Amino acid sequence: MSQEKKFPTKGEVILKLRGVGKQFGAVTALDNIDLDVHAGEVVALVGDNGAGKSTLVKVLAGVHQPTSGTIEYLGNQVTLDTPATALEMGIATVFQDLALCENLDVVANLFLGHEVSPWRMDEVQMEVRAWTLLQELAARIPSVREPIASLSGGQRQTVAIARSLLLDPKIIMLDEPTAALGVAQTAEVLNLIERVRDRGHGVILISHNMEDVRAVADRIVVLRLGTNNGVFTAETSHQELVSAITGASENSVSRRAARKLEEVGEDQ
Amino acid sequence: MTQDTQTNPSAPQLDRADTRVRHDAGLPGAMRGFVDQIKSGDLGMLPVAFGLLLISVVFTTLNPVFLAPNNLVNLLFDAAAVGLIALGVVCVLLLGEIDLSIGSMSGLGSAMTGVLWVNSGIPLPLTIIAVMLTGACVGMLFGFLRNKFEMPSFVATLAGLLALLGLQLYILGPTGSINMPFTSPLVRFGQILIMPAWLSYIVAFVPGVLILVGAMRTNQQRSAANLSSGGMSVAVVKAAVLTVALLFAVFYLEQGRGVPWMFGVFVLFVVILNYALTRTKWGRSMFAVGGNAEAARRSGINVQRIRLSAFVVCSTFAALGGVFAAARLASASQQAGTGDVNLNAIAAAVIGGTSLFGGRGSAWSALLGVLVIMAISNGLTLLNLSSSLRYMITGAVLAIAVIVDSLARRSRASHGRA
Repeated sequence: MSQEKKFPTKGEVILKLRGVGKQFGAVTALDNIDLDVHAGEVVALVGDNGAGKSTLVKVLAGVHQPTSGTIEYLGNQVTLDTPATALEMGIATVFQDLALCENLDVVANLFLGHEVSPWRMDEVQMEVRAWTLLQELAARIPSVREPIASLSGGQRQTVAIARSLLLDPKIIMLDEPTAALGVAQTAEVLNLIERVRDRGHGVILISHNMEDVRAVADRIVVLRLGTNNGVFTAETSHQELVSAITGASENSVSRRAARKLEEVGEDQ
Repeated sequence: MTQDTQTNPSAPQLDRADTRVRHDAGLPGAMRGFVDQIKSGDLGMLPVAFGLLLISVVFTTLNPVFLAPNNLVNLLFDAAAVGLIALGVVCVLLLGEIDLSIGSMSGLGSAMTGVLWVNSGIPLPLTIIAVMLTGACVGMLFGFLRNKFEMPSFVATLAGLLALLGLQLYILGPTGSINMPFTSPLVRFGQILIMPAWLSYIVAFVPGVLILVGAMRTNQQRSAANLSSGGMSVAVVKAAVLTVALLFAVFYLEQGRGVPWMFGVFVLFVVILNYALTRTKWGRSMFAVGGNAEAARRSGINVQRIRLSAFVVCSTFAALGGVFAAARLASASQQAGTGDVNLNAIAAAVIGGTSLFGGRGSAWSALLGVLVIMAISNGLTLLNLSSSLRYMITGAVLAIAVIVDSLARRSRASHGRA
């Protein structure tokens, strides 16, 4: 099915957000957010707790509806009113809490909601496609016929990412994909993100881990208190990023760094 | 995930590339897998087999009539109605919901059969359709309450239990009981009609043949797709054991009256529901919603529609079970569907292996569980025990079934199985 779809060429703008806002009662979670995502590009979305990253992801995934602003997808203005709409359009999401069904096996989870021939499921074809997809991602899953409950955290993350790629989305959003992973697994997931990007998908990566972000991101978009607070590249210094995230060059992180420096100076 | 991704020069089968996994092949492998499964708390049919054995031994020592062919034929006649209701319960239990109104719904179904067919003279097929439609509407109402108001199904159906019972008493009117003509096809179906011996024997061969053919086709497809194929030994043994067991069962029942049509129809429904649950997208969605509703929603499954469908299927089967019960008793009375019908149906599903916590179960659990429940009920009746004792014993059996379910669930969790 991937071959038939017209895939956007690398660099083309897939998603364009203009002035998107979201209010929960009296709280403004997002205010006047602009965001562009190009094909074959990793955009990192960073910000402090409560900056509105997850809300923005949920808006794009069709979980929440924005209260203002426009979303343009491949040049057309769209409304994302349910998760199913977003999925069909080609916006796939890997949620922080993975959202896998532990009682079903890997194949069932990969194809959940999109089974091959709904009235007489073709298990063999699904299993073949599952293996092919997992091998394309160089993922190591021992068996696709084991229930998800028996897999490790990294393997579950792999399954979740593979599932989001099954429908060949134009954009894949990853919400904290490395938060619960060990060193090796984190590297695997970062490799996976690069492979996904090289396949021509747009990737939105949300992470608190600056190291991971700088390792794979082409652009780093900083959110602060629900508003845009600058766009940076991987070359931007750590200090600059932190001050954009916290909103001041004088912040708890810089103070801590300065104090450490002082202590070291006194010791000598 | 840390190992190098070296590809084997001999190009292994797609699902055999990972060397860390033990791949059980052939009969010994299947046995080892089975033992692993039991140890980790995936009990499968074991409680049923154990239960039936225990029941047979106990009741036969107390009263040898229990194992007489004709008593078993009667048992199958009795099992069909409760079995149908249990079949519906499996659907709601799979979602982790419950329907406590099934007994009342079946009572209403049998009352409607009496009123529409006997009293008003509406043709039987139309009556049955009307009863099933009523069941579907009631199920829709429960589904609606669950979906729109997030009303726990426990409470909604508890209210339904009372309301439907009231409706049953209302339409039965002051007489309270409607007798059905003994020569009518419905009552003959519920009390007399037996499958011809030759047909029973043929049917006994069907599952074995299906297992063999299915295994052969799956193996062909899998090897064509470069996946490992399990070989035929397991399928052959399975088919042989099943066929011998079924042939013996039919042979034994034929020493008495034979296999009731009523039971045959019930088994047919089990087979249909089993197909729907295991081979269709709807079935897969049912398991997904039962396992993790939020994950199912995010995968694009319409969770509310799945829930609605489960309640509709459940109440429809309960209504049809009411028609079967009316046929069996040749009457529609105020007592129909009251007493232990509710709990018998739920207990049957749970004993058969459908979890109360959602996400695990099968259509077969209704068939197997109802045999256990009906064997207990039949045996206690043979012993001439009063209903007080019967209720207590059935209650204890349900409690034990739920304890086994909970313990097995805990064990599965600690063994990394869902």
